[in-house]
Amino acid sequence: MSTKPKVGFYWCASCGGCEESFVDVAEAILDLAQLVEFAIFPVAMDFKRQDVEALDDGEIFATMINGAIRTSEQEEMCHLLRRKSQVIIAYGSCAYSGGIPALANLVSKEALMKYVYEDAPTVVNPDHARPQTETLDQGRMATLPEIREMVRSLDQVIEVDYSIPGCAPNPKLVLAALQTLLSGERPPKGAVLAPNVALCANCPRIDTKPRELSVKAFKRPHLHEVDPDTCLLAQGFLCMGPATRSGCGEACIRGNMPCTGCYGPVDGILDQGAKILTSLASLVEAHDEAGIDHAMEAIVDPVGSFYRYGMAKSLLRRKIDLPTPVAR
Amino acid sequence: MVSDNSHNPAEEVRIGFFICHCGVNIASKIDVAEVAKFAETLPGVVVSRDYKYMCSDAGQDLIVEDIKNFRLNRIVVAACSPFLHEKTFRTATQRGGINPFLCHMVNIREHGSWVAEDRVTATEKAKAMAQGGVGRVRRHVALEKRREPVLQSVLVVGGGIAGIQAALTLANAGKHVYLVEREPTIGGHMAQFDKTFPTLDCAACILTPKMSEVGSHPNITLWAYSEVIHSEGYVGNYKVKVRRKARYINEDECTGCMECVEHCSFKTGVVDDEFNVGLVKRKPVYMSFPQAVPKIVVIDPLTCAKLSGGKCEESCIPACDRQALDFTQTERVEEIEVGAIIVATGFKTFDAKRKPYYGYGDFPNVYTSLEIERMVTSSGPTEGEVVCRDGRVPKSVGIVHCVGSRDHQTNRWCSRVCCMASLKLAYLLKEHTGAEIYNFYIDMRTPGKGYEEFYERLLEEGNHFIRGRVAEVTDFAMRPEEENHLIIQVEDTLSGYVRRVPVDMVVLAVGIEPQADASVVRRLFNISCSDEGFFLERHPKLAPVSTATEGVYLAGCCQGPRDIPDTVAQAGAAAAEALALLDPGFVEMEPMTAYVENELCSGCKTCQTMCPYGAISNDAERKIAVINPMLCKGCGTCVASCPSGAIHQNLFDDQELFDEIQEVLAHA
Amino acid sequence: MPDTYQPRILAFFCNWCTYTAADLAGVSRMKYAPTTRVVRVMCSGRIDPQFILSAFAKGADGVLIGGCHPGDCHYLEGNVKCLRRFRILQRMLVDLGIEPERIRLEWISASEGGKLKEVINAMSADLVRLGPLNLPDALRSFDAEVLKEETEAEVQELVTIP
Ligand SMILES: Cc1cc2nc3c(=O)[nH]c(=O)nc-3n(C[C@H](O)[C@H](O)[C@H](O)COP(=O)(O)OP(=O)(O)OC[C@H]3O[C@@H](n4cnc5c(N)ncnc54)[C@H](O)[C@@H]3O)c2cc1C
Ligand code: SF4
Ligand code: SF4
Ligand code: SF4
Ligand code: SF4
Ligand code: FES
Repeated sequence: MSTKPKVGFYWCASCGGCEESFVDVAEAILDLAQLVEFAIFPVAMDFKRQDVEALDDGEIFATMINGAIRTSEQEEMCHLLRRKSQVIIAYGSCAYSGGIPALANLVSKEALMKYVYEDAPTVVNPDHARPQTETLDQGRMATLPEIREMVRSLDQVIEVDYSIPGCAPNPKLVLAALQTLLSGERPPKGAVLAPNVALCANCPRIDTKPRELSVKAFKRPHLHEVDPDTCLLAQGFLCMGPATRSGCGEACIRGNMPCTGCYGPVDGILDQGAKILTSLASLVEAHDEAGIDHAMEAIVDPVGSFYRYGMAKSLLRRKIDLPTPVAR
Repeated sequence: MVSDNSHNPAEEVRIGFFICHCGVNIASKIDVAEVAKFAETLPGVVVSRDYKYMCSDAGQDLIVEDIKNFRLNRIVVAACSPFLHEKTFRTATQRGGINPFLCHMVNIREHGSWVAEDRVTATEKAKAMAQGGVGRVRRHVALEKRREPVLQSVLVVGGGIAGIQAALTLANAGKHVYLVEREPTIGGHMAQFDKTFPTLDCAACILTPKMSEVGSHPNITLWAYSEVIHSEGYVGNYKVKVRRKARYINEDECTGCMECVEHCSFKTGVVDDEFNVGLVKRKPVYMSFPQAVPKIVVIDPLTCAKLSGGKCEESCIPACDRQALDFTQTERVEEIEVGAIIVATGFKTFDAKRKPYYGYGDFPNVYTSLEIERMVTSSGPTEGEVVCRDGRVPKSVGIVHCVGSRDHQTNRWCSRVCCMASLKLAYLLKEHTGAEIYNFYIDMRTPGKGYEEFYERLLEEGNHFIRGRVAEVTDFAMRPEEENHLIIQVEDTLSGYVRRVPVDMVVLAVGIEPQADASVVRRLFNISCSDEGFFLERHPKLAPVSTATEGVYLAGCCQGPRDIPDTVAQAGAAAAEALALLDPGFVEMEPMTAYVENELCSGCKTCQTMCPYGAISNDAERKIAVINPMLCKGCGTCVASCPSGAIHQNLFDDQELFDEIQEVLAHA
Repeated sequence: MPDTYQPRILAFFCNWCTYTAADLAGVSRMKYAPTTRVVRVMCSGRIDPQFILSAFAKGADGVLIGGCHPGDCHYLEGNVKCLRRFRILQRMLVDLGIEPERIRLEWISASEGGKLKEVINAMSADLVRLGPLNLPDALRSFDAEVLKEETEAEVQELVTIP
């Protein structure tokens, strides 16, 4: 039996981009493969749940789980992996803070299901059929996982040791994290394994950001030409860089797109959305209500803009007047 | 200053909780014993007590002793407003041997018992507030007050009797004073009076010596015809800009001989003489009155034929043997630095036209009290002769009290001086003309030394007093004896019937109201106004001449209506406060300033636009924000704006506030 | 809801105007609803929207912000900065299911004890009408459906799934 430490990857409610990003480390993955053995890695290798179950508790050195948590199966798998792993890393924005899937916390499960199975333009479902957790078919019971009322981040379901945010994370971060952990070093529990400073610190455009910035009206990037060299906020585009942890390699900025905040806030911030809100609103030039409202008109969907990746981990977590889940 | 707000985890938090009865002020509405018992259960609270008067020596000693006996390192006092006793309890905490900023006050009196109807809910609310205080104090850290030098000069704004008195007191104490007066001369309203109540001593006799003393005092820089246009800085260190309007006169040359006035191409006055409230006209070149200080003429560019763009033979220029006239003069802006500011901008009188049914402006023989003040002055426009605008010497005069005052349609307040000023004018008018005098009053208000006696004297001397608010002044005669008279219609509330009193002359005792530009001046010095628009004192009883802005004081009628004796006393108090600030040579600054946690700052520059005092700069090399603690006044606006939470504020740090929010809400 | 329901209003008052107005209301013995819990800040500009969200999350039924009238802020324009944040925050909170009446910004000068009283009473009445928000309980129950830490039985069950 191999003595190489075992490493796991698992995905929950995610687009798969996180694992893809890991495959992106290209040659480095081969080096890593020399050092470790994969215990589970759905995107790249064929493992079954039984294979994991067969392991001893704590046998996996570290598991990186990506994706938000919305189904009972995801919860079960996370619990299983928690038990089998010494270290659990929330990998990617969805696992870390809910990510894009957590925007579903703005509608009820019922509304969501109704739309997907009945009202969506491409759906024909005259019987109003909905997926059932148990269906008897030709004498055999087929089961489906339960869909929860709301979307959660990983740490709202199991204990998480570290997080690597990003949509998708910069593979360099995970490589560095694994190297650190394999060397026996353990950062303090709960640490986010990315630099604890906001994106502006590394942004190639920071010197073009004026010292006394004041914005007449915010703009939406698809309606205006975007200058490729000037600070996007200075151009009036809603750049989340000031309120977002760095570590991404400024991918969006270099692609001439404003930061959308996928790395979450820096340490100590309870609510990234509130923080970007306060900093953006602080830049508005107008003094009166009408002028202020006008300046922020282009922020058509404040929740969607400020909590694009962080709804599950925000202070309110979801639209608060939705039906509350009932205890199982 | 402590730059690290993080906890010392090794230190065990030991809180002492003290709740005050304030006699019955708190205890009657809040079950203090129950709150004390509740507080005892809160984490970290080691000792919890209630006491009759926490601010008494014995109450303070309780804190001092408990700190020693129970090794307390945090104190919460639930009592009155921190505005009242925060200092007291911080000092007591310090006497106990721990840093004063480890003490926090919870305001259960002003915000609790005094506004409560019901004892049960008030007690519950007090518990919640107590829990909030206990929650936040856990996060408190030791802080030091910074010492800043205090500049040894004072700016006095306004040169009425208030400003004059304050300036002289300070100058005599050896401080340098800049006295800025908007008009061409100092003196204010008092300079317009002939006599002052109740002693009837001549206003000029007591005022002019003071005015000239101001003019010649080595410690006073007098800038008349000037205005403050900008002020910035902080207690002990204010930077002020003063605009000195052009007088078109070389001030060093002019001796005040007034030859130029004499020789002005305009042979008579062309525009209303402000000092004489429009009773006469003045020329474009003028001096407000012969005893003006500074004794320098001034040219009004709006009416001067040359300066207003027209042609003029300029006969004034050769008239001056000192060549003092200078038509090329322009306004100058002086920049000064002072340690304290005294605002003494006075009042304006109520505009009698706002009460149209009293006929001011319609009937020539209706006057304001200020006009009569000028008329009875022997050096005034009529040389003391009382004649109506129609040339008649009045045989009967009606004096209407409370014009504009005590009136819900105009000014609700009592102007305090009009009753006495009316009595004074009644006396003087009778003395000058022998006329029958009728006083129409709502209530006679004569509180003051010798005031009631003065009123009695007037009663004895046969003046008529009719109690009732005048309804109307009209010239519509209903009876033969009313022909050619003004008729004052009033309901005599003592006899209970409506009276019509025909008189030759009506005097309207106009009330005192805030200056028209009070809100501009207020913003200039960052002070507040009370509802009526008079400047707001820090505390009506305990700090009546201070304002919410440290180092800015109030004197005279700009703070509220008052007579000369009170004005002078208040000006002295303001000067004393300023002296107390200046004399030690330094001030202790509140430590609630903001600072940047360098490692967390991304250099996003969001905060840079926030600071109203320019305290935040950008360190170009490290690409981070830097806050200058000398300039920071601790508003916390930048703290709230920083998207990284990289700015902390002493005493109001995020964690302190998060904990306070959580705990104050924890109690159901 | 019993008619004794007393909403809880977290009130952020700036030191110079509204806190002082609240003192004045006290000194003038004005009576008003016992609903407010005042947190003193030096200026309304200090109020971080995180404070407001956290107040709701910790059990406030409403949040009242009191600052100096425009032009009167002790620090010149802190209140304007507060207003800028407030406008978009209130809009956002509606999208998150919090009624606009639950968050209120009022300019109350140091002399307006009466206005303070009226604002608190009016807001309290609004909140009584809206009923409790009770987010702490809601937040707790959000996770009622989640699989808790595995019990031995559950582990067995997981392992034996065919
Ligand atoms: C009709 C009448 C009669 C009265 N008679 C008596 C009496 O007999 N006895 C008595 O005790 N009291 C009397 N009073 C009250 C008395 O007038 C006041 O108590 C006294 O004048 C108050 O002085 P002050 O310096 O505060 O204000 P003011 O006399 O109004 O002086 C204020 C000064 O500040 C100047 N100023 C204003 N704004 C500015 C600015 N922005 N910058 C620079 N300078 C500025 C003004 O030009 C003025 O010179 C009388 C009042 C009235 C209306
Ligand atoms: S605001 Fe955005 S574009 Fe501007 S410096 Fe920061 S990260 Fe770069
Ligand atoms: S401390 Fe305040 S509340 Fe207590 S007795 Fe003194 S004044 Fe009253
Ligand atoms: S707002 Fe915060 S992170 Fe941005 S420059 Fe200022 S201190 Fe630094
Ligand atoms: S707290 Fe910030 S914004 Fe306010 S005075 Fe200090 S540095 Fe300036
Ligand atoms: S000090 Fe009151 S709002 Fe700024």
